[in-house]
Amino acid sequence: MTKYRLDYLAQLESESIHIFRELAAQFEKPVLLFSGGKDSITLVQLAIRAFAPGKLPFPLLHIDTGHNFPEALEYRDRLAEETGVTLIVRQVADTIKRKDLTEPKGKFASRNWLQTFTLLETIEEFGFDACIGGARRDEEKARAKERIFSVRDEFGQWDPKLQRPELWNLYNGRIHKGENVRVFPISNWTELDVWNYIRRENIGLPSIYFAHDREVILYDGQWVAVSPYMRLDETDEVVTKKIRYRTVGDMTCTAAVESAAATLDEVIHEIMAARISERGETRIDDRVTEAAMEDRKKNGYF
Amino acid sequence: MDILRFITAGSVDDGKSTLIGRLLYDSKSILVDQLEQLEKQTRNKATGDIDLALLTDGLRAEREQGITIDVAYRYFTTHKRKFIIADAPGHVQYTRNMVTGASNADLIIILIDARQGVVEQTRRHSIIAALLHLRHVVVAINKMDLVNYANDVYNNIVIEYAQVAESLGLKDITYIPISALDGDNIVEPSANLDWYDGPTLLDVLETIEVQQGVNLTDARFPVQYVIRPQSEILHDYRGYAGKITSGIYRKGDAVTILPSGLTSTILAVETGGSEVEEVFAPQSAVLRLEDDIDISRGDLIVKTADVHQVSADLELLLCWMDTKPLVAGNKYYLQHNSRLVKAVVREIEYRLDVNTLEKQMAPEKVLLNDIVKVKLKTASPVAYDTYAQLPGNGGAILIDETSNATVGACMFQ
Repeated sequence: MTKYRLDYLAQLESESIHIFRELAAQFEKPVLLFSGGKDSITLVQLAIRAFAPGKLPFPLLHIDTGHNFPEALEYRDRLAEETGVTLIVRQVADTIKRKDLTEPKGKFASRNWLQTFTLLETIEEFGFDACIGGARRDEEKARAKERIFSVRDEFGQWDPKLQRPELWNLYNGRIHKGENVRVFPISNWTELDVWNYIRRENIGLPSIYFAHDREVILYDGQWVAVSPYMRLDETDEVVTKKIRYRTVGDMTCTAAVESAAATLDEVIHEIMAARISERGETRIDDRVTEAAMEDRKKNGYF
Repeated sequence: MDILRFITAGSVDDGKSTLIGRLLYDSKSILVDQLEQLEKQTRNKATGDIDLALLTDGLRAEREQGITIDVAYRYFTTHKRKFIIADAPGHVQYTRNMVTGASNADLIIILIDARQGVVEQTRRHSIIAALLHLRHVVVAINKMDLVNYANDVYNNIVIEYAQVAESLGLKDITYIPISALDGDNIVEPSANLDWYDGPTLLDVLETIEVQQGVNLTDARFPVQYVIRPQSEILHDYRGYAGKITSGIYRKGDAVTILPSGLTSTILAVETGGSEVEEVFAPQSAVLRLEDDIDISRGDLIVKTADVHQVSADLELLLCWMDTKPLVAGNKYYLQHNSRLVKAVVREIEYRLDVNTLEKQMAPEKVLLNDIVKVKLKTASPVAYDTYAQLPGNGGAILIDETSNATVGACMFQ
């Protein structure tokens, strides 16, 4: 009977495809939130498998902070062209102008937080009733209690006490007008699962995931790329290092890992050996306060 | 490598959080920065050693109020298996959370405090495990360090629990004496418990057979979504997308569509847009049929020879999950796989006491955390199997029409 066994990646894939089909059937206007990172790239590939040979029944939405790595934007545009999916891009800069929002200040003036405003505005503009995200429960404490179908109120807010119990593989996507659901098809995947799936399916990634030379400064123990979006102080020592990225966010809030890993195998090998978690290593924004993610989730962050 | 999903159950202070923390810690799933944070928090509380229980504490709101909300999921991987832990909090209002966590579990770890032995909550957790047909039970007798690692304490608890298990029909039970706090018999065998020569907890988790539970005989395919590309090349393509809950499907198989009863033959089975020879549970797949018949979301494709129930009169065990009471005559939506139908509660037959298994006949109303046997009438027939036979086609949820909340977990009888 060994013929009828699914290995763990095939089980995870099947579960994610099931979630994609549920959301496509239960919602009128879903959208996939695309960041250019490996998790959302994996989401797109899973979605393509879920609806093949048909087209994706939803567009991709990229909330562009204007602080992206050029390599990630290039990848995004190429992906849209090659797969024929519809790509919507909305600029945080436009929201800042229109709503007269205050730009964050400081050395790393991250617009990460302001993404929420543009996202909620775009949800309203298109009338999206479900936003698909690549969050995983292993990423962070506040995510461990997240549902696969996570109901948000009119303000995009998440209330841990109002989440619906999720039994078996039955997802209840019924909502009132104005409410919105965030759907997380790879909730049960870990970082390593995503990498192993990318390797198995031979999924291409933006080049910054692999070792390359880059000008960086050392800030609070982390390597941060020199970019037009950060303030370079006199005390900063700019050096060129061989680095790669483990997550892809804004240039202002994503730190790099010193590495010579140039292939998927080498990257996976390094991750298995790494003793620092993905978020701790590469997200500058989570280190501000211990409950940073909890606060942002409550306010409508992905 | 495959996946084992398990749930941990224990009374308050049985050391459940410490056990999970210990599993994560000893399997090296806790990383440097998480450990640093843990040390920082532990120092704040001035307790000395790293408090592994803090690893599973989630939200600040919970920490401040000293409570845990609902179910949290934890992950770890060894070179043998990927593990998904459903971590449900252990306070009194527990049934709803435990049912939720157990609904996707292959195995349950029931924690018993060696000083207390089998208590009321042990019995309740075991009853829920039996109701949800969990196939494997591990009884972890914890805090052995506090009873001087005494063999007879362990033996007495094993004898006591075996009676509970027998009365509930629980099978495949493994007993392990442990100390979660010190790590005895969690990952490494314990020198303190040298009279025990069985496997450690991780040994059991890594080797227990999980996929034998997949039924490959009775084929069930709930249609989730119809794929119709309507492009020039695929003009007439109609693919029925779904996840097989049990059985195997191949090209040429004769099938029946339920509840309509229409029949057809499988033209092709596909995954990811490519034709394959066969598909089996729990794969997500696409079926194409030879005949152009009316099939949509909510239909069930079964193989012609299979036995099945199709009815609008349903009897089910129900775990009530809402703060608003359930009263006979109330109307809800019943979601059974991809099928959504209106349902009315005709009769509440009895309430099951989850501490004693006694039946209280005809209760007037049903409160949060109650488990009851009810009769429902649905607006159109549902094609189901009993939960005991085929859990994949025997579970459903009730949804409140006005609040949209998930208010009940149903198991077809």
